[in-house]
Order: sequence, then C-alpha cells, then structure tokens
Amino acid sequence: MVKAFDFPGGIHPPARKAASTQHPIATAALPRRVMLPLGQHVGQPAEPCVAVGQRVATGTRVARAQGLISADVHASITGEVIAIEPYPVPHPAGLNELCIVIEGDGIRDDWALLPSLDWHSAADDTLYARLNASGVVGLGGAGFPTQVKARVRERHAIDTLIVNAAECEPYISADDMTLREHAADVLEGARLIARLSGAQRIIIGIENDKPEAISALNRAIAAANTETVEVTLKDFPARYPSGGEKQLIKRLLGREVPSRGLPADVGVLCHNPGTLRAALQAVRDGRPLVSRIVTLTGEALTRPGNVEARLGTPMIELLAAAGLDEARLARLVMGGPMMGIELSRLELPLVKSSNCLIAATLDELPPPPVEQPCIRCGACEDACPAGLLPQQLYWFAKSREHDKAELFNLFDCIECGACSFVCPSHIPLVDYYRAAKSEIRAQAFEARKAEHAKHRFEFRQARIEREAAEKEARRQARAQAAKRPSGIAANSTTPVPGSTGRGHDQPAAADTDLKSLRIAQAAAKAAVRKAEKVLARVSQSTGSKGQQQGQSDGEIEDLEVQLATARENLAAIEARLAAAKDAAADATQEPAPQRRSPDTDQERTP
Amino acid sequence: MLEWINDHGMLAAIFALAGLSVAFGALLGYAGERFRVEDDPVVERIDALLPQTQCGQCGYPGCKPYAEAISQGDVINKCPPGGDATIAALADLLGREATPLDGEAQDAPRVAYIREDECIGCTKCIQACPVDAILGAAKHMHTVIADECTGCDLCLDPCPVDCIDMIPRDDDVDAWRPPLPAGPGHRPTALLIASDRAQPSHTTRQEASHG
Repeated sequence: MVKAFDFPGGIHPPARKAASTQHPIATAALPRRVMLPLGQHVGQPAEPCVAVGQRVATGTRVARAQGLISADVHASITGEVIAIEPYPVPHPAGLNELCIVIEGDGIRDDWALLPSLDWHSAADDTLYARLNASGVVGLGGAGFPTQVKARVRERHAIDTLIVNAAECEPYISADDMTLREHAADVLEGARLIARLSGAQRIIIGIENDKPEAISALNRAIAAANTETVEVTLKDFPARYPSGGEKQLIKRLLGREVPSRGLPADVGVLCHNPGTLRAALQAVRDGRPLVSRIVTLTGEALTRPGNVEARLGTPMIELLAAAGLDEARLARLVMGGPMMGIELSRLELPLVKSSNCLIAATLDELPPPPVEQPCIRCGACEDACPAGLLPQQLYWFAKSREHDKAELFNLFDCIECGACSFVCPSHIPLVDYYRAAKSEIRAQAFEARKAEHAKHRFEFRQARIEREAAEKEARRQARAQAAKRPSGIAANSTTPVPGSTGRGHDQPAAADTDLKSLRIAQAAAKAAVRKAEKVLARVSQSTGSKGQQQGQSDGEIEDLEVQLATARENLAAIEARLAAAKDAAADATQEPAPQRRSPDTDQERTP
Repeated sequence: MLEWINDHGMLAAIFALAGLSVAFGALLGYAGERFRVEDDPVVERIDALLPQTQCGQCGYPGCKPYAEAISQGDVINKCPPGGDATIAALADLLGREATPLDGEAQDAPRVAYIREDECIGCTKCIQACPVDAILGAAKHMHTVIADECTGCDLCLDPCPVDCIDMIPRDDDVDAWRPPLPAGPGHRPTALLIASDRAQPSHTTRQEASHG
C-alpha cells in the first residue's frame, strides 16, 4: 500500500470544501474601523510608530518590527488612529493584546505604496528590505515572517522550493481559490522566492481534489518563462495532514526533516500560495500586506465563499456580509476544524494568520463528547503522521513525566489532531500534548533564567572580591611606602604597626602564600582561556547555523558574563599576587622586620 | 624462598596479603591525591536545582552556600522561591523525605519596580542587588532591569524611602499556557476542535462504551 514516498498514518475527514468554492473570490466591503494587533506573527510583537490622532493612508506603516523574528504592521484602511490599547484578539484563551485602532469613513481609500521593483534585476538586499518593509508573513496559519525565511540561504543550502498548496484541512479553500484566480501571480512569487533562497527547482504540491486549481496552475506553468528554474506540479490523493510541512516534504521528495530540525536542514523551503502572492505584490506593486483572502464557511452562513478582506476587519462584519444566521451559530472557529481555535466572540479582528472562519451549527461541529479512559486500542498510533506513539505520550503528559515525554519525541508532534480524531474514547490527546509542551518550555525558560541569574551573581561576587583585593593591595602598598623611609631613617626604633605585624612571619608564610597564589593565578588564566574558547566556538557555530537566534543570543550573553567573571577572578588574584610579591620583596630586602618581631610581639602581648 | 613458603604457609599468606594491602593502599592514596575533585559534585547538582534568586531567605548568602549547607546535612525545605517543586526535586536527588516548606510559599514570580519619582538616588538598593539588576548612579534616579531581576526582595529593606514595589512579572500572550485536560469523565474544553465526526456515530459509541 505504502508508496515509495509517503508519510505514515493520516486520516480522511470529510472535506466539506464545496460550499465555499461555488463563487469567485469577492472583495469585502471597506470596514469603517479596523483593529490591528501588534503580534500577528511568530516572534516579538511590533512596536507602534504612530501616535493617537495621527492620520494614516492605507499601507502606512503603523508598527515597526522588533528583534530578529518580527514583522511590521501596516494600516489597512485610510483614516485616523483613534486608540492604541489592549483589545481581545483571536487566541485560544481569549486574551487581550495591544492593538492599533484606525477609524475611517468606509469610502476613502488612499494608498501609500512603495516604489515598484523588478525582482529580476533588483539586488537581493533590496528585495529583503522590501519584504521586511511590507510585513509579509506566512499566510497559511503559522505567520512566520517571510523575510526571515527568505534569508535562509545565509545559513543553509536550499535546492528546492515547495509551494504548499495541499490545503488538506477540511473547510478551508482560500489557497484553492487563490490558485484558481491568481495562479500566475503565485507562480511568479514562487520564482521570486526561489531566486532569493537559491532554490534551483520549484515543486508545487497539491491534493488532487482541486482539479480547477490544478488546471489553472498547468496553464500558468505553460505560459510562464521557466528557463531559469524548473517548475513541476505534483498532485496526490487527499489525506490529512499532507499539508504539514514535514509530511509534504516526505511525500514529494522522500526526504525526512530531522527531529526538532527545519525543512532547511534538508535543503527545502516551504511556502503557502497566499504568502507567495503577497510577496510578489510587495515587490512588484509596492503593496504592503494589508489584506488577505479568507474562507468564510459553515452551515450558519447563507452565502459562504472566499473574500479578500482588509486585516483588522471585525469578523462580525465579514460574517454578516456572508449571511450569518446568529440563531444557528453554535461555535465560531478560526482556522480549520482540526487545528483551528474556537473563538468566544464575534467582534475579534481578522489577523494575518486567519485563513478560514467557520461559523458552524450545532449539528455540524458538535461539542466534544465526554472523555473516556484510554483502552489502549492503538488507533492513534496508526493515525499519527509523525510516526510517534501518541498513547505513550498521553500517559506521560497526563502524569507530567516530562523527561519521558521528551524521550518519546513529544516535540516532533505537529499537533495535527489526527490521533484525537480517531480516538474511540474521545480523548483530547493534542490538548494533553500542548499542555505538556508548554509546561516543558516554561520549565526550560525558568531553568535558563536561573542559570543566567547564577552567572550574574557569580560575576558580582568575583567583582566584589577583585575590588577588595585591589583595595587591600593599595592599602598594603601605601603602608609599605610609608614604612620604607621611616624604617631607614629611624632604623627599628619606631615599629610601624600593621606592616610589621604582617612582616612578623612573612618569609616562611609568604613563600607558601606566593606559591599558592601563583597556582591560583595559573588556574584563573586557564579558566579565562577556556571561557574565551567556548565563547568563540559558540558564537561561530551560531553564526553559521543560528536556528533559534533568540535562544543562542541568550547563551552568548551568558558565556560573556562567565568570561567576565573569570577575568575578574584573574584580576583579583593578580592584585593579591602583586601585593604578596611586594611584601615578599620588602621582607627579603630588609631583614629588619624579623629582627624587630620579638619587640612587636612583646608590645602586643600586654 | 620456595622452601620457606612451603615451610611457613601461614606466615607466607599473611605476608602476601599484607604486601598486597600496602601496595593497593598506596595506589589508592596516590590516586586520591592525584585525581582529587576540589568541589563536591553533589553541591553542583543541588545548586542546579535551586532557583538562583540569591534571595537569602534560607539564611545563607546565596544559592550556592545553601547548596553547600544541604550537602552538609541541612534541611531541604528552606527555599520559598523554589517552593514545593524544588523540595520535591531535592528530595528526589538526595533520597530524603520531602518536607513541607519552612516559611510562606511565594505565588507568582515577581520583579522589583522602583517608583521613579520617589527615588532619591541613594544607591543602597544597587549595593543590595545580588545580580546587578538595578541601574543608576548617586543622586540620580534608579531603575530595575526587569529581565535580570530575580524577585529576591533584597532591595526592599535598604531603601530609605520605600519606593520599591514587588509587582508580578508581566504576563503577555506568550505566558499563557494551555491547561492540561481534566481527564476521563470530563467534557474537554474545546481548545482543539478535532471532533469532526458525524453526531450519530459518537452517540452510539458512547452508549456502547457505557453499556
């Protein structure tokens, strides 16, 4: 049964895509008010760069990317910024997030476009900068900044760009409709990204239940000039989750993405058709990402279909335009029924990662049944597309045995929900995995923080010690300087307190003292060299690899603190050594202290 | 020689064993000196389990000294920032009984916050901070680097104008964690949908599993 290239497991949920593919993509009415969350992407939220009361045109940048993995946010309508405040955003727990609220009149639509670029002739850096300035992120649902992904060639050799048009999840048809109507744009966008990433071939992976999209693509491929890069279209029977990045790569190329690795590790880059079109629009038309194609479907809608809507549009407006029957609406889901999140309210804004809104009736997506005990039937293992042991993971997650869960590769779980889908006991397996994963991540974060605090504490201790040693050395030097002239002039008649007391048992003690200090100095020097070496190695390896930039930055910072600590330790020991040497030199130069010592002893005893 | 051994079997055995023990004793003694481990490795492992707030609530000046004290036999329940999780981990490592926390448990992780208008710039908190997380100079306003702050409270006491608050570490969207499902017998909160089955099939299944 299993073909040469195939991934294990998978399920066949009812597709239910027909409802939303009956009509061409419509353009949603211009909203009067948009709410633009600052964290619509993976990574750090953007930082607002407009003030309340400022007038903005469509496409004006309103928030700037922060840090390495982040994306700009642009005004999606023409109007006035009326608030920058936390509002509810699409989130599984219904949390609030800082949003920029823009109010317009619903009619005027002035565009602030960037100059058009020809991607064939423009320099790579210009194109990166353009993608960066356009706020393009992955529109398939994950929202990874495209510019960061395009720069992957700096660290990995990429040979293949995969256009992920599988769209395997039920209900969603946004990519299907995009390809039917804009196949040429998607293809050109793919060639743009292929050029930037250095890929020599483009493979479009699509499930064969989308014949219109396939024929549109075939026409576009035939029409396009494909001399520079080879474009192939591969279709395959529908099976969930063939649109998973790792599963698609396995299916198309037979390559396996390593555990906890990236597709780039096997020379592949994956992009969603919508993202490619947005990237092309950013470059060719100078148009930042201010709208997206979203599927509006579900039996509670009388006119389901796909619309191109402005980001930040309240979902209620889109659903109302599609004929929402609120009486029949049981649950509103953003994304697909397998991996999507249920939304608790209708007023939430459309964000960059909202590919689908399902207004489902009670019959359509019934509430989950009561969880039953696991009967160890093993159905989940047959369904798992990542080849994991969902049952074992379930026990470990449930009993919070995180180390064992990690041993069973919990982090290779793509949270596709196939195991929950087939479970006869209705166990929400993926909820368990998500909880365990986030707990492990939180623990790792705390551990890193503790480690960091420890290094800072050690550094502070070393610094205090060094300061004390230097102070002591200075004090001793002063005392020596004060003693020397007086010692020569008065010649043992007036013993100088302190230094003589110290000089009492110096020659013998100083020798061993000096020796141990020298050993300590050598050890400290070795520690400094070791810290330097480790730092150099890590910073070099992250320079060439650097997958999790943020994390390795923290690591480097920690190593720098450790190096500084080692240097402080060395400085402290050197100061002490210098002081001891001075004292020893003094002691050998003038044997006076020795001779004088009985006096001082006598002086001290009463 | 052989004759002597044959004649005095008992003595030969005693000499042989005594010789062996001297030789091995010398070898072990030499190895003990040559490969001596300076630090107690257990101390490192205990230290790794402590939360590194360096708060001194255990009565020791930092986490490392407390780790040393534990390895010398001190009790393991003196760390309020670590709470029960740390006690459990220490009990597991050392094979001791997990005892309830000595002192008040701390709830959410906190960070220090200086009310900047009221700060008089005395630098006392800077000297108290064990991780150099307070920034400022004499007679100038101070501020806390929230990312570096371990929430140890050590800066509160020295402040002459009481302008330092302990506030909860800011919880944004990233800090939200999906809860663990309640388990069998409960209806899952629908974080993940994945129940895209026809209604009849699962009612029959449910009935079947109940019956």
